[in-house]
Amino acid sequence: MTNIPETGRTPRVQIRLVIIQVLVFSLLFTLGGRLWYLQIRNGNEYAHAARSNHVQRVVQPAVRGAVLDARGVPLADNETRLVVSASRTDLMRMKDKGKAVLTRLAGVLDMKPQDVMDKIRLCDSKTPKPCWNGSPYQPIPVTLEATTQQALQIRERPEDFPGITAEPTAVRRYPALGGARAAQVLGYLSPVTDEEIQQAKNTDSPHLRSDQVGRSGIERTYDKELRGKAQVTSYEVDNLGRVMGQTKSDPGVAGSTLVTSIDARVQAVAEYELAQAMKTVRQETDNITGRKYEADSGAVVVMETKTGRVVAMASQPDYDPNAWVGGISGADYARLTSKDSNFPLLNRAIQGQAPAGSIFKVVSASAAVRAGYPFDSKYNCSASYNMGGRSFANFESKGHGPITLGEALKFSCNTVFYALGHEEWNRDGGLQPKKDAHDWFYRTAREFGLGAETGIDLPNEVSGRIPDRQWKKSFWEANKDAWCKQGKKGGTYVEQIAYENCLEGNQLKAFDSINFAIGQGDVLVTPIQMATAYAAISNGGTLYNPTVGKAVVSPNGKVETIEPKAHGKLPVDAKTISDLDKGLRMVVEPGGTAAWRFVGWPQDKIPLRAKTGTAQVYGKQTTSWLATYTDDFTIVMTISQGGTGSGASGPAVRNIYNAMYGLTMDGKPTGKALLPKPEAQLPPVQPDGSIQAPEIKPYVPPSPEELAPPALAGPPPLRHD
Amino acid sequence: MPTANKFSVSRYEPKKGPLARLTARDSVLRRLDYPMLLSGLALSLIGSLLVWSATRHRDYLNQGDPQYFLWRHLLNTGIGLVLMIGTVWLGHRTLRGAVPVLYGLSLLLVAAVLTPLGATINGAHAWIVIGGGFSLQPSEFVKITIILIMAALLAARVDAGDLEHPEHRTVVKALCLAAAPMGIVMLMPDLGSVMVMVVIVLGVLLASGASNRWVLGLIGAGTAGAILIWQLGVLDQYQINRFAAFANPALDPAGAGYNTNQARIAIGGGGLLGSGLFKGPQTTGQFVPEQQTDFVFTVAGEELGFVGGIVILGLLGVVLWRACVIARETTELYGTIVAAGIIAWFAFQSFENVGMNLGIMPVAGLPLPFVSYGGSSMFAVWVAIGLLQSIRVQRPLSA
Repeated sequence: MTNIPETGRTPRVQIRLVIIQVLVFSLLFTLGGRLWYLQIRNGNEYAHAARSNHVQRVVQPAVRGAVLDARGVPLADNETRLVVSASRTDLMRMKDKGKAVLTRLAGVLDMKPQDVMDKIRLCDSKTPKPCWNGSPYQPIPVTLEATTQQALQIRERPEDFPGITAEPTAVRRYPALGGARAAQVLGYLSPVTDEEIQQAKNTDSPHLRSDQVGRSGIERTYDKELRGKAQVTSYEVDNLGRVMGQTKSDPGVAGSTLVTSIDARVQAVAEYELAQAMKTVRQETDNITGRKYEADSGAVVVMETKTGRVVAMASQPDYDPNAWVGGISGADYARLTSKDSNFPLLNRAIQGQAPAGSIFKVVSASAAVRAGYPFDSKYNCSASYNMGGRSFANFESKGHGPITLGEALKFSCNTVFYALGHEEWNRDGGLQPKKDAHDWFYRTAREFGLGAETGIDLPNEVSGRIPDRQWKKSFWEANKDAWCKQGKKGGTYVEQIAYENCLEGNQLKAFDSINFAIGQGDVLVTPIQMATAYAAISNGGTLYNPTVGKAVVSPNGKVETIEPKAHGKLPVDAKTISDLDKGLRMVVEPGGTAAWRFVGWPQDKIPLRAKTGTAQVYGKQTTSWLATYTDDFTIVMTISQGGTGSGASGPAVRNIYNAMYGLTMDGKPTGKALLPKPEAQLPPVQPDGSIQAPEIKPYVPPSPEELAPPALAGPPPLRHD
Repeated sequence: MPTANKFSVSRYEPKKGPLARLTARDSVLRRLDYPMLLSGLALSLIGSLLVWSATRHRDYLNQGDPQYFLWRHLLNTGIGLVLMIGTVWLGHRTLRGAVPVLYGLSLLLVAAVLTPLGATINGAHAWIVIGGGFSLQPSEFVKITIILIMAALLAARVDAGDLEHPEHRTVVKALCLAAAPMGIVMLMPDLGSVMVMVVIVLGVLLASGASNRWVLGLIGAGTAGAILIWQLGVLDQYQINRFAAFANPALDPAGAGYNTNQARIAIGGGGLLGSGLFKGPQTTGQFVPEQQTDFVFTVAGEELGFVGGIVILGLLGVVLWRACVIARETTELYGTIVAAGIIAWFAFQSFENVGMNLGIMPVAGLPLPFVSYGGSSMFAVWVAIGLLQSIRVQRPLSA
């Protein structure tokens, strides 16, 4: 240092100046190091924090697509309602967290202030419903049912209602035009859950927090198509949430329209007739139990035989699907899911299973043919069948002598099938089954599509049950402990059954096979399975997957038809199918079990085939089954605890056919046929994807006079179930 | 020896025009420390851009004129430059005589804050509103006068050649003179400024050559004082919260930790090159409070990135480095002490300000010299630069 001598400064000061300089620069280097650490080493982390800090996504949900019937009549659409919403962001910025505004709002809407506040609180694990589980940046709907007056009050005084909007908004509606509710077929929507958001995160249709998701029925199966894509605009916002710029706009796509094969008019008829049939049968007394029929539930399916398309599907008890719109109330939900209401959410056409009873005999007859019994040979239809000292009676213990299998269908003769079932069981080795046992009856049942889902485009279809050897074994494995505990030799009937089951419930017994041959015992089928099977007999043997959806029409007018798909062929040749068809035709002709319900039907013009069924269910009244088809349609109806097949379901099925083909009870055309031929065309689609809805008139049920059977010469036909 | 008187100093001075005088080898202009001057100027100009960026959207501050703060900052810089030129023109030696008066004046000003003349801004009752949108923060000027009065006192007998180091009595006197305004500032309470003043006093004592006991004693006393303040609860809740949030910024990200957290997000988000001036989302989104003053460094961090931050730190480094050179080069202890006091002031205030922006120092309301918006701070800083330049200009020619 050249200046030391000149300054004459002491070394102490000189050293301290150096110390100061070192200190100063170490401070600067500390800052530089920290800066490097924050910006270079951990930069990404903070960059991410910054992004989430200042971008807000505003979601404009896509208008959900409509569900139309085959002619374009809306089954589910949207209506514009005045929705009053509150912006949480705005309210929370107020000194009192929006309390004053919400209280004023409650006054205008005639609600309790607490109710309004509950609606806009955010859901978390500790918050009971009602609460909002969408994004806090979304306007939260306070009511979907504001009157014009209320909306005007809010909109005219924006200074009194900051953060509150009253906007016309599209809300789901199930209009039930012409009385076609189709509640279980359509299903319902409810808000998306966190779990679903997580699951759908990386798929091509991620959920938004504001989404309503189809929970059941068509709304669920075609959720993706109907939902469309919401418009998401990302705004850059400042610390007060003020918008500073738009970063990204994801254009929305309105939901596609789903054209279904449902015909709203036929649907209305089916719903009405099913309900009416159940009402009627509840007036009748069951001879076996001596009580009035319960008729607790029922279903009817109308299907195109050549495509598997569902024209109508009704299930009782039903409900008004509009209960779900805008969030279901606690009371409604409890009612819809309670035992007292007998679970109206269930679609009994695909989720109700019962023993098939005699409508199963087409399967047994086919099995017999496959096993080598000629269709037209004579089989003894005795009044009862004896097996090991036990007697199995025919219906009303009536015999018909030696008859063909076709006649066995006509008279619904049990003993013929008892014998065939028993014989086959013996041929397969009885209790010691052969290794290569044919199991024709069980195999044929499976190949008729029973014991498995039909693949209908509705969620949660049940598979029914074919109680073959394998099933017997696994069922026994699952239940033997309980049976063995409950079973008691020489005890009550139930205890004795349990005792026997405990010992040898794993064996397929002769008794099981005899029962199975007439669709009794442990066999369970669904109406949709039977409709599919009977449609296959009608169309020459193809088992179609039943479909409700017919075409998806996107908003740009693009039409994507849902083609019919088959899942199998009947396991019999064309000759046998034609034999079965002849036998089923005899059922509605004089002497057949359903003849008394189809008096006056123009069998020569519209040949009708049918099979009645009266299934016994342990501890319950009998289940009524009626499976029918024409060349174009099949109708299968069932009423649980409703009595006999033709007795309970007959008139309803006849009325549905009458309405579809436009016939009076004596077979004369009324000129008002609803659907004499399946709807081949899609409704005309406008270039913008919209579809003009045709007019629809509610179903006018026939008057008692119109229902009177035609007067015929000779004695009235024998009533026979 | 009488011969000595025979030498006569030539009174001859060649007549030179003002321009020639300014460009002469020994002229003020040629002796100025340009690296320091230009660095300070660059910092002020960068500061004007950062302040502008931070306030463009803050309508509640800029009275609807997005450039309001840009012009104000440039105006402050201009006034600061004028003050610097004035200081150089007067010279620190000339000012030495006026130091007691300046000290007295600053003491009066700072005391006036406690009278109804004072105003509270951001929790500190540290301002005198002059009117016309101007307000004064006397504690900024006190920083200078403390340096000057202590330097004058401590250097008096040393520069006179009486002593090698200031004696204890002088040190006590000097400390008392420093303590008076510091006590008043403490009452405001403007803890940040008090901290700076303590460090200034430390730097002054170090450079004065006062006994090690004083230096260590002051450090000890400072620590004890800090503990005492904490224990006695002199601090307001907001100050305690700031410290708590410093210790754990995640503690209350919406409350006391908000500033720290948002500042760190802004800086961290900048990366190497930053998002570009006016393009920082944290800045344009006004997520960082007090961004034109205490948190101005976050604008640099976010919009100019690591490179911009390093440039600012580098420029501050140049200023401090030059100040250190000036402190060493001057022949008189007075100049050395003044320079050291200014170094301590700039260094600590920069460290505290940038440090709190980076989350390594607790939040205290201190401006970043040159860069932060604020007239009083800008004026004081440029006066200090003027003092340093004056010391530099009046150093021996050989140095």
